[in-house]
Amino acid sequence: MAPETAILVGIFAPLAVAALIPFLSFQANLRDAAGPVGALFSFVAALIVAKAVMTGASPSVTLVTISEGLDLTFRVTPAGAIFGCVASGLWILASLYSTGYMRGNKEKNQTRFAVCYAVAVHAAMAIAWSGNLMVLFIFYEVLTFSTYPLVTHKESREAINAGRLYMGILVGTSVVLLLPGIIWVWLVAGTLDFTNGGILANRLDPAHAPWLVALFAFGIGKVALMPIHRWLPAAMVAPTPVSALLHAVAVVKAGAFTMLMVMVYIFGIDFLADTGASEWLAWLAAFTILASSVVAISKDDIKARLAYSTISQLSYIVLAAALASSIAAEGGLVHIVMHASAKITLFFCAGAIYVGAHLNKVSQLDGLGPRMPLVFIAFFLGALSIIGVPPLGGSWSKLMIMTGSIDAGLPLMVAVLAVSSLLNVYYLLEPVFRAFFRPVNTDVKVDTPLLTVLPPVITALISVVLFFAINILTSFSQLMVMP
Amino acid sequence: MLDLAHIPVLVVLFPLLMAAVCALLPFRNIAWLLATASTGMGLLAAWTGLEAHSGERVSYALGGWPPPWGIEFVADGASLLVSTVVAGLSFISTIYAKSLIEKEIDEHLIGKAYAAWLLAVGGIQGIVMTGDAFNLFVFLEISSLATVTLISLGGRQDRRALIAAYNYLVIGAIGATFYVIGVGFCYAVTGTLNMADLMVRLPDATATAPLLVGFSFMVAGILVKAAVFPVHIWLPAAYGYAPSAVSTMLAAVATKASIYVLARIAFTIFDGLDDMVFLILEFVLLPLSVMAIFVGTILAIMESDLKKLLAQSSIAQIGYITLGFSLGNVLGVTAGFVHIVNHALIKGGLFMAAGALTVVMARRVSIDSLAGMGRAMPITSSAMMICGLSLIGLPLTAGFISKVYLVLALVSSASWWIIGLVVMSSALSLIYLWRIVEAMWMQPMPASGRVREDPLIYTPLWVIALINIWFGVDAGRVFRFAEQAAKAVGAGG
Repeated sequence: MAPETAILVGIFAPLAVAALIPFLSFQANLRDAAGPVGALFSFVAALIVAKAVMTGASPSVTLVTISEGLDLTFRVTPAGAIFGCVASGLWILASLYSTGYMRGNKEKNQTRFAVCYAVAVHAAMAIAWSGNLMVLFIFYEVLTFSTYPLVTHKESREAINAGRLYMGILVGTSVVLLLPGIIWVWLVAGTLDFTNGGILANRLDPAHAPWLVALFAFGIGKVALMPIHRWLPAAMVAPTPVSALLHAVAVVKAGAFTMLMVMVYIFGIDFLADTGASEWLAWLAAFTILASSVVAISKDDIKARLAYSTISQLSYIVLAAALASSIAAEGGLVHIVMHASAKITLFFCAGAIYVGAHLNKVSQLDGLGPRMPLVFIAFFLGALSIIGVPPLGGSWSKLMIMTGSIDAGLPLMVAVLAVSSLLNVYYLLEPVFRAFFRPVNTDVKVDTPLLTVLPPVITALISVVLFFAINILTSFSQLMVMP
Repeated sequence: MLDLAHIPVLVVLFPLLMAAVCALLPFRNIAWLLATASTGMGLLAAWTGLEAHSGERVSYALGGWPPPWGIEFVADGASLLVSTVVAGLSFISTIYAKSLIEKEIDEHLIGKAYAAWLLAVGGIQGIVMTGDAFNLFVFLEISSLATVTLISLGGRQDRRALIAAYNYLVIGAIGATFYVIGVGFCYAVTGTLNMADLMVRLPDATATAPLLVGFSFMVAGILVKAAVFPVHIWLPAAYGYAPSAVSTMLAAVATKASIYVLARIAFTIFDGLDDMVFLILEFVLLPLSVMAIFVGTILAIMESDLKKLLAQSSIAQIGYITLGFSLGNVLGVTAGFVHIVNHALIKGGLFMAAGALTVVMARRVSIDSLAGMGRAMPITSSAMMICGLSLIGLPLTAGFISKVYLVLALVSSASWWIIGLVVMSSALSLIYLWRIVEAMWMQPMPASGRVREDPLIYTPLWVIALINIWFGVDAGRVFRFAEQAAKAVGAGG
């Protein structure tokens, strides 16, 4: 398959799945098989595209010219190649898992759920491979709207209110800040194409640069920078497969990815370093990292705790992008991968505990470890990766961002990251210790479907594999920061 | 097959002539067929003209009297574009109107209703096509009186329609009178009524005070007809209480023609008097547009009746169009014309859906009573959703294109605080749409169960919804036509 064809397959396989599902809904098995099969197509396509990108190519497809100077173009950048693999690869596991979860919980409206889920993945793939900022924005919005029915899936009062916050913050920030930011760039640079080294150097008045950075930093609501992070904990009202794939990977990583793309391919690292336009952002990211970790400690609800941990981890990537140093930006890209595999593991485990034992509080987990050992071992590995302990993937990205902080002349950030790791140890290992080191709990009836146990085990193993596969990742990240 | 030279007059004549026939016909189906055929012919003529338009101004001398003495109809980039929008939307709403008019209007009045309908359309087309400032007043009155008749037909469902019609009659008459007084001043100074001739003669006039007064009167009168804040007060009740089919047609096309006239006055007739035009645009139209956007959005958020909510939102949307015009440069006026096209599609679709819901529920539709209707009428409701998302400017819909070009025009003229206000109100419009979404889709289906939906109602609705998507993905053509229109009215020149 030519890389150009692969781009189309990767982006439109999920959409085809979404279109097919309503017609397959008469037969639940057939309907639920559509997701994994489509995911497999997407993933293979993503691998083909990534292979082409690794050799230095940047395959591109223009679907349609929306208007003069506004092409619906997909062009795969090295960063996009990586993100595409992450989103489609984890979709395979997530779609298997969500089948197990939705059936185990006997949820209603499973067809609508499956359709929106597939559309969301379609949007994520399109974001990953977008060729210019406007295409990225278009699918950024599609992603928001397609995930709304997933967040409000339960249709309870609480879910609807969460949906309001979700739409209000994500759409509000994107329309009020992000879109004017994009149009400002368009007018200043005359183009919106992602270009190595950025497009704003010598075109944007350096005095205006911090303001433009602010439009993007707060306009990209999906990256959940404080104080616009509230939508993410609210979105946890969604079924766990949504939290796992979308609010640990696709949606939030689309935010982080957008941030990275804007900083690297629109502003350009050198331009940011010369003007210091993003230094304030690094401090805000540092604040978010620590503040949300502290909030996470206070949360007893497992998913709420994981949500605040995600906010903290997303700001690692914002920090990496804001440091204006090549090695930090590379670390940001690597962190997208590492955190995705680790955090999806944790959410899968949280869901498995909920389906299997109907528990959702950290304080209820005492002595549960021996009853569901695989789940808690997977949780342990995921937690270690986020903390940054070798031989797990998360250690590499943390190291790269730390190096980048010194490189950028902000050694204090190393301390911030170290303190954050300590806080991670506290709030992520607590569930594991409670499960294994408290007396065995035999009161709870445990019945975990296999489809909810297998995926977290696999993703936990992926976190280990990624530690040893770091060279592949850095070969992409080096291509990304090449001038 | 159509002689291009005759197009300016054909688009007006098709509906006007057929109106007379319809009024005399006792058969409602034939009246509907004739109405459909004549609006369809109008669309064919307008579209042929727009497609074949080469940038050259085609003039048609009525009765063989050459302008500036005789009345002139003009086909140029701007009039053809607006005329096509009017023809297209009136054609599709005529098809849609059949089942609704039969349900909402007394049997013996149906033929006459179609006659008034066609008169309104013909009058609006006349406003768009005429090149004569006084003749424009005549068409303004024709369309007004026909519209008043149509609105008052809503009196069977709700007596408040009669008050709304009366209000529109009085306020509309004041607007038209203001306009004609303004024309009188210009005529006194220049001795001509032909727009192109006025454009040439006005700069040479020595008496500038009467011209300023005339210009202000004309603009003020047209602002009333275009429902620009704060002289929009007739609109929510008129659209809210008119029969559903009438609301659809009016919302899609009626104010668009008046907004177009605004551009004609400012950029064509008074083209040579830049200072005066700038004064009105910068200090009257621009602030009013921004206020319209905010007030309309906020009133829509607070409104509980569906049709009135859509009407309040129209106030805000008209504000977006006039905001583009008030910038006065090609980019801004282009953005205005783009939104004239897109908003006609958006609001046309939404009012169609509101009409479909009204007919099914057989009462006024409030937001609360929409509970679960998404599940009871999925075909209608999902098309309504597409138009709604287009209204708030979701990418890949027509509304997004409007928003991008408006913001682009604002950024290029460095109007930072206005951009802030515009995008903020655009985000606020999410609130009123979301009240509808939550009611329709996040509630259990009403006890009455699935409703059988009428294909004659939902097919036109879906056509509009799909065009909303089409123009969101492939906007180049609309943009080029809009740019051509902006240049034709003489923006920035």
